[in-house]
Amino acid sequence: MSYLQIHNLAKNFGATQVVKSFDLDIAKGEFVSFLGPSGCGKTTVLRMIAGFETPSSGSITIEGKDILPLRASQRNIGLVFQSYALFPNMTVAKNVGFGLKIAGQSPDRIEARVTEMLKLIGLGDKGDRYPFELSGGQQQRVALARALAVQPRVLLLDEPLSALDAKIRVSLRREIREIQRSLGITTIFVTHDQEEALSISDRVVVMNGGIAEQVGAPHEIYNRPKTKFVANFVGTLNSIPARVLDRSTSTFQIGSQNLSLAPAVVTSKIGNTVNLAIRPESMRLNARNGNDVVVSGTIEEVQFLGSVLRLRTRVMDSVVSLDTFNHPNVPPPSLGEVVAIHFSPRDVILLEG
Amino acid sequence: MKAVKFWSWLAYAVGAFYFLLPLAATFEFSLRARRGTYSFDAYQVVLADPQFRETFAFSFAAAIVTIIVGTFIVVPTAYWVRLRLPQARSVVEFITLLPLIIPAIVIVFGHIRMFNTSSYLPLTGSTMGTNVLLICGYAVLSLPYMYRAVDTGLRTIDVRTLTEAAQSLGGGWFTVLGRVIFPNVFVAILSGAFLTFAIVIGEYVFAALLNRPAFGPYMVWMGGNRAYEPAALAVMAFAITWGCMALIQMATRFSKYNKVVR
Repeated sequence: MSYLQIHNLAKNFGATQVVKSFDLDIAKGEFVSFLGPSGCGKTTVLRMIAGFETPSSGSITIEGKDILPLRASQRNIGLVFQSYALFPNMTVAKNVGFGLKIAGQSPDRIEARVTEMLKLIGLGDKGDRYPFELSGGQQQRVALARALAVQPRVLLLDEPLSALDAKIRVSLRREIREIQRSLGITTIFVTHDQEEALSISDRVVVMNGGIAEQVGAPHEIYNRPKTKFVANFVGTLNSIPARVLDRSTSTFQIGSQNLSLAPAVVTSKIGNTVNLAIRPESMRLNARNGNDVVVSGTIEEVQFLGSVLRLRTRVMDSVVSLDTFNHPNVPPPSLGEVVAIHFSPRDVILLEG
Repeated sequence: MKAVKFWSWLAYAVGAFYFLLPLAATFEFSLRARRGTYSFDAYQVVLADPQFRETFAFSFAAAIVTIIVGTFIVVPTAYWVRLRLPQARSVVEFITLLPLIIPAIVIVFGHIRMFNTSSYLPLTGSTMGTNVLLICGYAVLSLPYMYRAVDTGLRTIDVRTLTEAAQSLGGGWFTVLGRVIFPNVFVAILSGAFLTFAIVIGEYVFAALLNRPAFGPYMVWMGGNRAYEPAALAVMAFAITWGCMALIQMATRFSKYNKVVR
């Protein structure tokens, strides 16, 4: 049985429905990310779980018990904010011990727990500092310790890394994941950064327009996107128009070449044009085997990224990006040069929606 | 650039002269109680007057109670408006500005009509009741200053996020207000409190019409019956007001966490 169950959740703000029939089951100890663009409803779902928004319909249960009748202060759900939200008038230790004090724990237990939490986040010597004396990364770690100190049933992280610089983000997300694993706490992480979501989650929920477009493991989301939105939102994707030749064998025509995507199921009619999607890293300038599809493209842009060259080419009427490794002895292609682009039919994703 | 600086300094000097000259003249006059020489005789007379001590003590106590009442009215109101009713902000601001628009004499006559001995709540029928009415009047008079001070303080913190953070840790409304919001706007409350103190100490209309032994009516009475003592009282009243302003500055400057990056 799932630990946290969200069923048919919806939220209206006036006439605008920001969350529509949202369903999700989360196992105990699982790390799930809500990924989506601004305004997709991910934070609204999080705030409904936390108790700061009242759903228009639907249910949220933890261990089978409905939590919607409970106020935010009664739910025992930890929340970490993008803006840290540390209490400016309290020291780090007082911030971490705040929830314990409210719970009426003894000063000795509070002190022991605060020490344990500060040690966990690597700030054992900063207990008597005020928040303004800490860096952004340190403040966010204190916010994490404060949320964890009360041993919440679920930990919610609302874009906790967005206000930090790139280097700190990477190290802190690793720390968050390690702490989450060591404590085994069920966690929901909201982000609009696909790299963050893919790198630390057990599962990713890609949201768009108030619905969950796809729920799956990071590699499933990236490699097998179910909708056009997921394919475009997660990673870079090339879209090449192709004509349906045979639905039974899932055969398409690109330019003068045919390719079969069996066992993909084709719903479009014969003769219709569909979009075939392919990741830049799945395309090459050199052939790998005889089964490759080859299309001809003209180089429009060459970006030198160190170990990788990112090429933008024009294939028929589409712009196609491809990544290729930099070889020190091979000069990059020139602008205007016509190149042969190879890819395997196995790497092609059929997007009919 | 130099010309701009010159005109700025000139404007500053004219302004300072305009404000300080009458004060200097008053101070100089207050020192002339003894014929032919400067002395603090007028100040000694004032300080030795038991009525001065009684009226000042009364107004001091009234100011403290007004600050407490004002704080309990204004802080939760300003907090709630910021958190839940931002659309009501302009209405609340307008209401808090009314005491600046409506003359105090109109308010106090309204109070007397509403709460006289033939009303349902005859507050003017007893000393304690009249004192309560006086405090309510003072709280109304100080509303524009108290509300603005607290609202400015609330603007410097992320009220919503701090509230939600405290709630997610198990805090109820009283905990949030008492342990998180109140301490973080304490300096702002102090600013409002000192302004309230200065207003209440010198207030005349409410105290005179409600016939309470306050410092304001005493100053007016002194002005009509003595020569040098009113000038001494005026200087002392200025000193109290400026002292309050200095305390506001000190409270702001020495606040432990007023440099918090929020």
